[in-house]
Amino acid sequence: MSSRERILGRVRRALADVRGEDGPVERAYLREHGERSVEETVDLLAENLADYRAIVHRCTEGELAVVVGRLLAERGAKKVVTPAGLPVDWLAATDAEQVPDHAESTPDELDRVDSVVTGCAVAVAETGTIVLDGGPDQGRRRITLVPDHHICVVRVPDQVVSSVPQALDRLDPTRPSTWISGPSATSDIELDRVEGVHGPRTLEVVLVSGDRPSTAAES
Amino acid sequence: MSGTFVGMPAFPAAAHEAVNNQTLRGNLRHATHTIRAKRAKAVAEVSDWAALREAGKQIKDHTLRHLDRYLVQLEESVTAAGGTVHWAADADEANRIVTRLVKETGEPEVVKVKSMATQEIGLNEALEAEGIRAYETDLAELIVQLGKDRPSHILVPAIHRNRGEIRDIFRREMGEWGRPAPEGLTDTPAELAEAARLHLREKFLRAKVGVSGANFMVAETGTLVVVESEGNGRMCLTLPETLISVVGIEKIVPTWRDLEVFLQTLPRSSTAERMNPYTSMWTGTTDGDGPQTFHLVLLDNGRTDTLADEVGRQALRCIRCSACLNVCPVYERAGGHAYGSVYPGPIGAILSPQLRGTQSEIDASLPYASSLCGACYEVCPVAIDIPEVLVHLRERVVEGGEAVRNGNKVLLKPAKGHAAERAAMRAARWAFSHPAALRTGQRLASRSRRLHPRTLPGPGRAWSGTRDLPAVPAEPFRDWWQRTNGGKGGAK
Repeated sequence: MSSRERILGRVRRALADVRGEDGPVERAYLREHGERSVEETVDLLAENLADYRAIVHRCTEGELAVVVGRLLAERGAKKVVTPAGLPVDWLAATDAEQVPDHAESTPDELDRVDSVVTGCAVAVAETGTIVLDGGPDQGRRRITLVPDHHICVVRVPDQVVSSVPQALDRLDPTRPSTWISGPSATSDIELDRVEGVHGPRTLEVVLVSGDRPSTAAES
Repeated sequence: MSGTFVGMPAFPAAAHEAVNNQTLRGNLRHATHTIRAKRAKAVAEVSDWAALREAGKQIKDHTLRHLDRYLVQLEESVTAAGGTVHWAADADEANRIVTRLVKETGEPEVVKVKSMATQEIGLNEALEAEGIRAYETDLAELIVQLGKDRPSHILVPAIHRNRGEIRDIFRREMGEWGRPAPEGLTDTPAELAEAARLHLREKFLRAKVGVSGANFMVAETGTLVVVESEGNGRMCLTLPETLISVVGIEKIVPTWRDLEVFLQTLPRSSTAERMNPYTSMWTGTTDGDGPQTFHLVLLDNGRTDTLADEVGRQALRCIRCSACLNVCPVYERAGGHAYGSVYPGPIGAILSPQLRGTQSEIDASLPYASSLCGACYEVCPVAIDIPEVLVHLRERVVEGGEAVRNGNKVLLKPAKGHAAERAAMRAARWAFSHPAALRTGQRLASRSRRLHPRTLPGPGRAWSGTRDLPAVPAEPFRDWWQRTNGGKGGAK
């Protein structure tokens, strides 16, 4: 008998006392916590990102290239890795050398890169989380892991949801996803949180809104 | 489960030693009190905590009730997504499978994400015996591995170490395993974390094989989920060419949607955060991104035996958050090592004797490693009634009876060392079913109460060594009731 059959047989015998169908799971929990306007949801995202030591910037689409350029310059970044589908104008105002994300690049090469710039799939306001799912403007998982500085652009309010349940609704389970809430951290020394272990130690999130005033979204 | 720490004394002996270690008690008190207040705050932030807890409990119960169906569904989903599924009935089989898979890659080393399942089966030792070096990459696991120590907490295996001890271990041992600790390393947590970053980076960058566990496996999609903080998990899950995940069969949830419950309750219960820094989800393999070979080893190792126990099976709902350890007054004083298992604290006291059976001295003593205060049940995000299972297991230890071991029904003998308890219970049963004898005995006790000793003689000495004997009243209750007509008319 294979171990597969052995384990499945043990499970069935173990459950011999269980009879009849059980009812559906009661999901009496909330889809989101509290009521907020679109703007308040974006504000909450900014607040919770900052609470876990992400550095938050806000700008309009027209200002984005300048902001990204400034953040890379302030960091002194000479090399920046870019996903294949990153909008070219996001990096229009930087002198840093652009290293495209490609399948052949080795972890060692990535280790010599200073920064990475990506978009995201969705952001969760209640938890201060950005989620990457390998989309064209996000690239392979490792490019947001090995460099020590990550700039992540979130389109607000379109890419922002309130809660974890709403974020899962928007994601495709077949794509690998990475949920990021602040920079790398640990609680392993005396159960106290310290930022900065293996992942990027600096996480900058740029919340970019459309050029028109965002009041239009509320009407 | 084969993970009994060899030669482990029973809990009382091990705990006795631990409570006399002042440094250990200080470290544990500091850490558990820090996290307790934070957890309470993180939980209070969500108004629907009770509903999330109930849903988590129901999802897990439903999964366990149909575990055979969901295991088969998971196997199909993972296989369809490009993974290979292996089944391991016990620790030895899991170790053999993983060792073979690593050998097939030709690599002499693996990097590991912190995983309770691989701790449980003793994978590192099994790999070492075959000439394969396993590097632990979680900071606390690294501290334990470098210190040639044993884990003492589910989430923070090195919780028994303070910053000064960690600095000394890093200075002394890092050079033996790779890049030495930086010159002049101090004991500030940020510097210690930096030292770990530098030490492990070269290992991540050259790693070809990663070994992990998983917090959740989604049956309908074949998705695995790893929840972590440092980024070492992401390194091990994405940089190597081959990924091997060893996961207990109870880690399944049926649907993608079910994650919405646990991704809210797990971080708040474990590290007291709204969300942990990094969560990785992957479904089989993805072309050009991450490991191109993925193996999932499904581990039984006593889980189906636990499932066969109608009261005890709720322990399989556990999502390994460790909230019960952090609130437990016994854990806080005795520390994790006294539990003689990779699963310490209240959950360990009900999980280890079920996974391993109650035959060994340590496992027979674990159901007693509790004051039954119930704080563990209160904080459990999947509502495991740990006190209920503890009492149930005490009965099994004292009375023996039917249980399932390795898939077979066995009749357990009553454990040794509980003769006095059994005799007392037998005497009580006889007295309560013989009213005349009970009455005579009670009157005799009342009249002789001035002569009662303050401690019990003989086998009762140990029991009364830590407890006051109850004072016997001047008049038995039943005599008082008859004399006063049930207290009517205010008679005393």
